[in-house]
Amino acid sequence: MALNSNGNQPLLEINDLTIGFADARGILLAADRINLRLFRNQTLGLLGESGCGKSVSMRSILGLVPYPGEVIGGSVLWEGQDLSELSRSEMQKIRGKEISMIFQDPTSCLNPVYTIGNQIVETLKIKLKMNSHEARQRAVELLDHVGIPSPEQRLNLYPHQLSGGMRQRVMIAIAIGSKPKLLLADEPTTALDVTIQDQILNLLADLREETGMAVILVSHDVGVIAQNSDIVAIMYAGRIMECGSASDVMLSPRHPYTRGLLTALPTFEHAGERQPLTSIPGQPPNLADLPGGCPFRPRCQYVRDECASIPVVLDRDFPEHASACPFVD
Amino acid sequence: MDTNNDNAILKVHDLFKYYEGKSSLADRLRRRPVPRLVALDGVSITLGRNEVLGLVGESGSGKTTTARCIVRLEEPEAGSIYFGDQDVLAADTADLRHIRRDMQMIYQDPYSSLNPRMTVKAAVSEPAIIHGLVDKNGANDLVFEMLERVGLSDSVAELRPRALSGGQRQRVAIARALALRPKVIIADEAVSALDVSIQAQILNLFAQLIQDLGLSMLFIAHQLSVIAQLSDRVAIMYLGRIVESGPTAQVFAGPRHPYTAALLEAHPHLEVSKKGAPALRGEIPSPYAVPAGCRFNTRCKFAEEECFNIDPDPVEVSPGHSVWCQVLPELPGNYSNG
Amino acid sequence: MTTHNSTIAHIPESAWKRLRTRSVSQRRWSAYTLWVGVFIVALVTFLSVAAPVLGFTEPNNTDLTQRLLPPSREHFFGTDDVGRDVFTRVLYGGRIDLSFGLITTYVSLAAGLVIGAIAGYYGGFLDSIVMRAVDLVISFPFIVLILAITAITGPGITGPYVGVLAVSWALYARLTRGEMLAMREKQYVMAAQTLGFSTWRIIFVHCIPNLLRSNLVFSMSDIVLNILTLAALSYLGLGVTPPTAEWGEIIAQGQRNLFAAWWISTLTGFYVVFVGVGFSLVGDGLADRLGEDGGGT
Repeated sequence: MALNSNGNQPLLEINDLTIGFADARGILLAADRINLRLFRNQTLGLLGESGCGKSVSMRSILGLVPYPGEVIGGSVLWEGQDLSELSRSEMQKIRGKEISMIFQDPTSCLNPVYTIGNQIVETLKIKLKMNSHEARQRAVELLDHVGIPSPEQRLNLYPHQLSGGMRQRVMIAIAIGSKPKLLLADEPTTALDVTIQDQILNLLADLREETGMAVILVSHDVGVIAQNSDIVAIMYAGRIMECGSASDVMLSPRHPYTRGLLTALPTFEHAGERQPLTSIPGQPPNLADLPGGCPFRPRCQYVRDECASIPVVLDRDFPEHASACPFVD
Repeated sequence: MDTNNDNAILKVHDLFKYYEGKSSLADRLRRRPVPRLVALDGVSITLGRNEVLGLVGESGSGKTTTARCIVRLEEPEAGSIYFGDQDVLAADTADLRHIRRDMQMIYQDPYSSLNPRMTVKAAVSEPAIIHGLVDKNGANDLVFEMLERVGLSDSVAELRPRALSGGQRQRVAIARALALRPKVIIADEAVSALDVSIQAQILNLFAQLIQDLGLSMLFIAHQLSVIAQLSDRVAIMYLGRIVESGPTAQVFAGPRHPYTAALLEAHPHLEVSKKGAPALRGEIPSPYAVPAGCRFNTRCKFAEEECFNIDPDPVEVSPGHSVWCQVLPELPGNYSNG
Repeated sequence: MTTHNSTIAHIPESAWKRLRTRSVSQRRWSAYTLWVGVFIVALVTFLSVAAPVLGFTEPNNTDLTQRLLPPSREHFFGTDDVGRDVFTRVLYGGRIDLSFGLITTYVSLAAGLVIGAIAGYYGGFLDSIVMRAVDLVISFPFIVLILAITAITGPGITGPYVGVLAVSWALYARLTRGEMLAMREKQYVMAAQTLGFSTWRIIFVHCIPNLLRSNLVFSMSDIVLNILTLAALSYLGLGVTPPTAEWGEIIAQGQRNLFAAWWISTLTGFYVVFVGVGFSLVGDGLADRLGEDGGGT
């Protein structure tokens, strides 16, 4: 998957990214040899359960891995440039301008002591070098664009005076204000009601279409990822287990974990019948104490002896729809 | 499939619950009315024996408040709750303890529903000991029996919650609830905080227990697919009222209330790629200012003039399937392949 | 934690070593603080308790031929202006100070914990009354209170005991009540209610053990503060009366000869600091150990 069908260079390239955490309890690898490519106008969905490393991998793109974690291997290339080679001020220029991020909990991501107008204007002034007047006008436009009614009045409101859905829209407004090329969305709708989640995802889809920005969407909700991604990467225990187009991965999953995940989903088909779901047996992995070889081994129904010693990497034979399991097709 | 009212193990009728908002001294001096938050505005449900009733709604719908009133963690302003033939709201302390033995609650957050200082063994056996169902010697056997029922190995007994995963903690919470051999389990978003694979395990566990122990369950959730998996009947709540109720398969295959249809459409499905417009516009109105007439009129695509004036009474569109809507529009149906 | 070669073969050696060192050193450090603190406190307590056995006797033994001697092998902290061995006085004074600190702190903690827990759990009117009482007690000028109490009890250590106990409980009550307000909403407390436990049981068996942590951590600095309070009161003449040895009293006396015999006040002062550091380290170590969920590693 080096070049897409148009022969373009990828916007973002992650090569063998490895992130380690060390604290009093021990050492663990939150991400292990992550390989991803993202092109302009593409949405990549990172799907995995809690602790799989999807959030931390995404944050490492902006160099925001929290202590006590650090990147101990691999590289992140933005438009061909290795981000680790940039100075801190150069990196700060990219953050919030070319690459923006929105988070899960809009309550704690907006500063409660400043009005939302203040916060949007601040970003515009710093990132786009606007003056106060221009920035304020643009802020009103942005709020309108993200679907907030009566934007001029809302500018003077504080975050706690808005609902969760509104706050998320404000956060999106701040993020897209600088017309970023890439938007990182870390569980942006997990804390929202279903109907509001629907609105927000719709908004993001519209914005994507309009600006052609690429998006990385991180979520544990299979449906959200399926409906909003072009490419899907499934993560487990810090590794990518499967990667391919959304329809390929969701409709013809290759990796046993993906298969297990999809059959474990409750559906409406047997509503009210209480038919048992085919769940994945066992417990989520303990990253500090992983078995050697494939980390999914203890829970896999196709397990065999070789699984204890194989390296867990995506196969190169099927670049368009790659799986880390060489035994199951 | 209707619930025979006489057979019902839990009958909730016309619950009302308000909270007083804060008003400043200035407002009180000016004799402004104290703002009132309407949490429940006339909620009635019945739960039959060995039946699962799903209670679904978004934030502010009142589903959790309903559960809390049923176990009397909160006191409703008006309404009645009958467990069998016992009046829950009028029960004194001793009677309430008896009722609480038979009606247990499982909470949402596996990380805060267990006392961090107690071992699994202590947590599971304590309720039974306190209620006099076993003595200290019988406690061990009880604990192992319960652990086996919820699919945990005996070795878990000596551990403290911090050594367990979310799914395991939830199983311990279930074991603790089962130790009293209740007749009714109220699961308040009991699987919402769990990962997909663990959620499936717990849902299967619930189904197993319902069958093996003949339990009745009030299952509260905000995710429709989860409700569909477990519930015989479902009640959809919006802003303190039930807007539609009936057999799960029927309601989800052919919803009659616009809100139910919107919920189904907004639910993320696997195959469908992103469609044009969101299922439901606008936001939920403030519970301090419930709209006059039908409370859904601020967001309803099908609202007509009467909807702004008249609060709809339930209409039984088919046996056991009631809708609180006076327009009853034609809704695109068939979501059962979602 | 196990590491398998297939898992880490691709990671540069240097990075792995760096992570390993950091993890190990963090684990060591959190253990150190607690044990160093415990050692200091134990040492100081032992010295004071076992003083006569160790050969330090007669703290009030005056010998005017030995006045104001500097520190030496016979007199670790030198002698004061009436020839008494300062180190012996410090050790015997320690008995008074340490017991004062421990008793006032932990009696206050017990009382404040229970009062605050009950007030926080029930809320409403009871909570308001208790909190107003707490406010009153904390804001009352302490010296005035002590003077009033001393006027009734007379000189000696009874005054400080009564005075500090009368005020200290309020701090614990306020701390506990605040935590209880948050804890009430925790789901294991709600579960205890729906499981049919009595309110008594919920407060004492379920809540209070979890409320102990912040109180214990706070108590460590409170011990030091209470000791210093006694020292200050004795310095002002409101506490222990001469010739009884007590740290504040020693430092006060030594102040008169600060230029001639600086060691009396200074070395005693260092000793008090040493004790304070010991308790603080225990407090830090306990805070780590007890943790949010009732346990560290």
